Amino acid sequence: MSYPSLLLQLAQNALVLLIAPLLLGWTSQCRAWMQNRSGAGVLQPYRNLNKLFHKDAVLAVNASALFRATPYILLACMWLAAALVPVLATGLPLSPAVDVIALVGIFALARVFISLAAMDIGTAFGSLGARREMLVGFLAEPALLMVLFTASTISGSTSLITIVETLAHKPFVLYPSMVFAAVAFIMVMLAENARIPVDNPATHLELTMIHEAMVLEYSARHLALVEWAGALKLLAYTTICIALFVPWGIAETGNWGALPLAVAALALKLAGAGAGLALLETLSAKMRIFRVPEFMGTAFLLAVLGLLTHFLLETAA
Amino acid sequence: MNIPFSGQIINMCAALLLLIAFAMLSQRRILSLINLFALQGLILAVSTSVVAYSSHQVHLYYSAALTLLLKAVALPLILHRLIRKLNVKWDVETLFNIPTTMLAGLALVVFAFNLAAPISQMAGTITKSTLGIAMASVLLSFLMMITRSKAVPQVVGFLAMENGLFFAATSATYGMPMVVELGIALDVLVGMLILGIFFFQIRTAFDSLDLEHMEKLKED
Amino acid sequence: MFASFGVLPMDVILGVVVFWLALGTAGLVLQNSRFITRIIFPLGALGSLVLAGAALAGLNEVSTAILPLGLPDLPFHLRMDALSAFFLLLLGSASIGISLFSAGYFHGMPKSALGPLCLEYHIFLAGMALVFLADDAYLFMVAWESMALSSYFLVTTDHDHPEVRRAGFLYLLIAHVGAIAILMCFGVMHGGHGGHGGYTFDAMRHGQLPAFWASVTFFLALFGFGAKAGILPLHAWLPEAHPAAPSPVSAMMSGIMLKTAIYGILRVTFDLLDVQLWWWGVFALALGLLTALFGVIFAAVQSDMKRLLAFSSIENIGFILTGIGLTIIFHDSHKEALAALALTATLYHALNHAFMKGLLFLGTGSILHATGERHLGKLGGLIRRMPELALLMLVGALALAGLPPLNGFVSEWLLLQAFLLSPGLPQPYVNMLVPIAAAALALAAALAGYVMVKFYGVIFLGQPRDSSLAEVHDAGLWERIGMLCMAVGCIALGVFPSFVILHLDFVTEMLVHHSLSASAAKTGWLLLTPIEAERASYGPLVLLLIIVGGSLLTAFAVKKFYHGRVRRGPAWDCGFPAQTARMQDTAEGFGQPIRQIFEWYMGVVRQVPAPFDRHPHFHSETHDLLWNIFYAPAKRMNDAAGKLMGKLQHGRIHIYLLYSFVTLLALLAFVR
Repeated sequence: MSYPSLLLQLAQNALVLLIAPLLLGWTSQCRAWMQNRSGAGVLQPYRNLNKLFHKDAVLAVNASALFRATPYILLACMWLAAALVPVLATGLPLSPAVDVIALVGIFALARVFISLAAMDIGTAFGSLGARREMLVGFLAEPALLMVLFTASTISGSTSLITIVETLAHKPFVLYPSMVFAAVAFIMVMLAENARIPVDNPATHLELTMIHEAMVLEYSARHLALVEWAGALKLLAYTTICIALFVPWGIAETGNWGALPLAVAALALKLAGAGAGLALLETLSAKMRIFRVPEFMGTAFLLAVLGLLTHFLLETAA
Repeated sequence: MNIPFSGQIINMCAALLLLIAFAMLSQRRILSLINLFALQGLILAVSTSVVAYSSHQVHLYYSAALTLLLKAVALPLILHRLIRKLNVKWDVETLFNIPTTMLAGLALVVFAFNLAAPISQMAGTITKSTLGIAMASVLLSFLMMITRSKAVPQVVGFLAMENGLFFAATSATYGMPMVVELGIALDVLVGMLILGIFFFQIRTAFDSLDLEHMEKLKED
Repeated sequence: MFASFGVLPMDVILGVVVFWLALGTAGLVLQNSRFITRIIFPLGALGSLVLAGAALAGLNEVSTAILPLGLPDLPFHLRMDALSAFFLLLLGSASIGISLFSAGYFHGMPKSALGPLCLEYHIFLAGMALVFLADDAYLFMVAWESMALSSYFLVTTDHDHPEVRRAGFLYLLIAHVGAIAILMCFGVMHGGHGGHGGYTFDAMRHGQLPAFWASVTFFLALFGFGAKAGILPLHAWLPEAHPAAPSPVSAMMSGIMLKTAIYGILRVTFDLLDVQLWWWGVFALALGLLTALFGVIFAAVQSDMKRLLAFSSIENIGFILTGIGLTIIFHDSHKEALAALALTATLYHALNHAFMKGLLFLGTGSILHATGERHLGKLGGLIRRMPELALLMLVGALALAGLPPLNGFVSEWLLLQAFLLSPGLPQPYVNMLVPIAAAALALAAALAGYVMVKFYGVIFLGQPRDSSLAEVHDAGLWERIGMLCMAVGCIALGVFPSFVILHLDFVTEMLVHHSLSASAAKTGWLLLTPIEAERASYGPLVLLLIIVGGSLLTAFAVKKFYHGRVRRGPAWDCGFPAQTARMQDTAEGFGQPIRQIFEWYMGVVRQVPAPFDRHPHFHSETHDLLWNIFYAPAKRMNDAAGKLMGKLQHGRIHIYLLYSFVTLLALLAFVR
């Protein structure tokens, strides 16, 4: 582990933490534009966080230590996840410790903690949200795993670094299986980040909410941390999407000259991804909760099909 | 893996066709179904012209153009008109729930590939592994016809099946002789028109396009 | 370690076995409850510790012995090789915590019941140790049966309840059907070497079976041991027997006894048989995945906390069987490195499951002691009354949910790696089934998370669902120490996988003639790299440190830059005024989505109230469809056969004498 790569890791850690709310703000702003609203500006998430951090935390009388610890664990998990994905360059020293399976594991860890915290107070909405979150999760997790497996079998490694190196820096090959993987991944991404059509990040309508129902009891700094973790999660998913499906522009290990270009490429790609997400959300309508398993099941089967396609089409030669 | 780039594009088209076949299987709306069908025709035209380019077979360009005209433009337009006239924009009722149907579809894909494996081994074309996909999309379209209860989706399934067959023909053997292709194209068009007339007849007879009403025709 | 004293590990282990038997007898004779719980059970735990140490020392050597016990001309053959030693290690290390917990749990039980229980408990331990040591069919069956019988008596400890007796009977019945299959399996292998050398495993090892008879042997073993392990469709006893037994016994049965069956399958398949055919592996793989999915789906809809854990055990046995199947496929395709990887995952999961399931079952024991309630619908909010138990159980629940950085994740990770590296198998169909199998495995693993959130959330979180929960006390000191041992095991196995794999290598070297240590050693102990560092690596300790460090750093930074002020108030809940415990999700409610999605695969009986019902009553029950398919017809057939036999019964003694006489004549004529 060399000092420059360590520096890169630290820089990336700081970068993802800082730009995560920006991506969220940009997506909301795009959505507002597309829906003919003026929007609150891309900096609104920062203002929200600042406001929440200043407030006094109000805890329910029976909140346990688990409830208080969860926002911190959640943020740590999502921070780690976002810091692992090669966004600028591939030589991240943390990366060998956590491969794609462990990455899915970290997402699952965060999900279990937030669900448990939601059940802690013992309110009707909390447990409802926890149940729905786990319902979405148990189908989204294997689907995500299958998407990542498709990329892993293509590159012969479960390390995200090697996957990106194979996809971006080897001679260009079209992988039909990645088409399936991409569709499945976008479906998973919508569901996991509580976006329309699975959930609505802006709603507090009792009967339809999933994620919001879980965090109802959080306030002030705890809520701020949960929201920040949500932004980091969105960023992590977006960067995974970029790394898997449009990896061109990410600098190779040791190639420091390519970094400025990589920064520009990343900014462009994130802007595009945010706008795309807003477009998808504008075009679709929130679905009934009972349709969600069907939606997630479809994503799961598509991901499996992608892996199958890889085994059939791409290993035959 | 040393597949030339054109081969890769054809593989990609094959994967997209399979994806569309699955999308059709899981689609609840008739309008989207028809749009997907049009997209399928478009991809078919692209892949046929790529095959034509890479194998220098001029007649394949004609069939690509024909495919584009007929399957990506004409038939979808006719279908759109039809559902406007019949006023059947409602959601498709599926007989099974969608994940179960897709699970069956997954099994079909594995089956189709095993079926196609020995033939692919013999075929010398650059696109030999796509035969399995073509076969799979034929079977999936068939499955779609089985699981739908309304008439229009069944017709779309039938047309999609023909698309799969066409793809099999181009990918495995660089297409059929021009005469055969023209004949098939004409057949499909005529078949479509006849089916359109049937729709009206069915509706006047049963007041619905739900094919479950046809069960009344059975003698007890 | 022991060799320096001139003592073989096996001698130490035999000594521990004798020690356990002596402890049990002492408990029966003395009948002093204070003495039993405060002296004998801790001493038993000490025995376990010594056994684990000896097994660890004996991993890399093979020793045999012949004991002049048993019948004339049929001495007991013993042998300890890497496979035995690994499972003895599992037995020893997992039973330390269970015995310590028992010291607290059984305290205060009536003397008359405690004496026999102490004897049965220690015979159970000794029986399992002997199963792992046996090197002939005779001793194996003797040990197997003493294990089965002692555990039967342990299950029926509360035999005043009819459902406990029923559960015990079902357990005994299936155990014996399985035992017959195991006996037949040994019989076939005995025929394989022409009957020379008798019944010893050594003779079987040198026998040559044709493919057909080898397959018969394998499937008999799978059936026989599967009955003990709870593989579909022989799982029916598990969800009945585990809730009926006292909690430490459930922990022992689920954590350790099920692994004796895994040991048996591995021993027969890889050691005693000289061929392994790939389609056995496909069968085992498919069966394992079905078992895993079945177990986890049914676990999600249970309302009894111990039944839920029992179904989860079925799921984990499914995982292990999947690993065995994959190992067989790779082994027969001469991919030795992959076979070693799959086998490592299998063994690792067996070890992990002993700790995490043991921990959770022990925890249910403490809850049962404190509240007297097994039904999830009457629990809730225990984290506030039993904080230490809640913390220990959180470790177990997270481990069982397969989350990093705990141990359940490591074995899942290894198994998924084995799946991922599988392309290029010679059988095209198998090659295609691999992605689908991996998907099913991932689905089952994700569902396990659902189950654990339900389990933990309903028991420990929320508001208490029953007013009696307000004054429960935390678990006793012995109980907490016992569970702490298990929790430490879960964490250590999760954080230091490289060390564990180093020891598992002796077993994989023995069974599939390949080990992972060469590649694992290259990157040091911090990273787990089963194949190559470029292919896959996982560093749980780094992960743990980052998550803990990140959380602390965040907490510190927030306090530093803003403030740490906290107020307490009533719960918000969108402003709804009254918050009663009945407004939370019940266990049934939490399982409802799973019931809805998988309704086709389970028998759901619902009773829904009419719209104008003044006293609405909603009731829904989930049944095991397999019971109707396999067990109900078997029972009917048995009843019919019983009726038929009943015709022979006249109640007059000379008719019976006549039967005996005719039988005697027939036999004499036959052997003439």
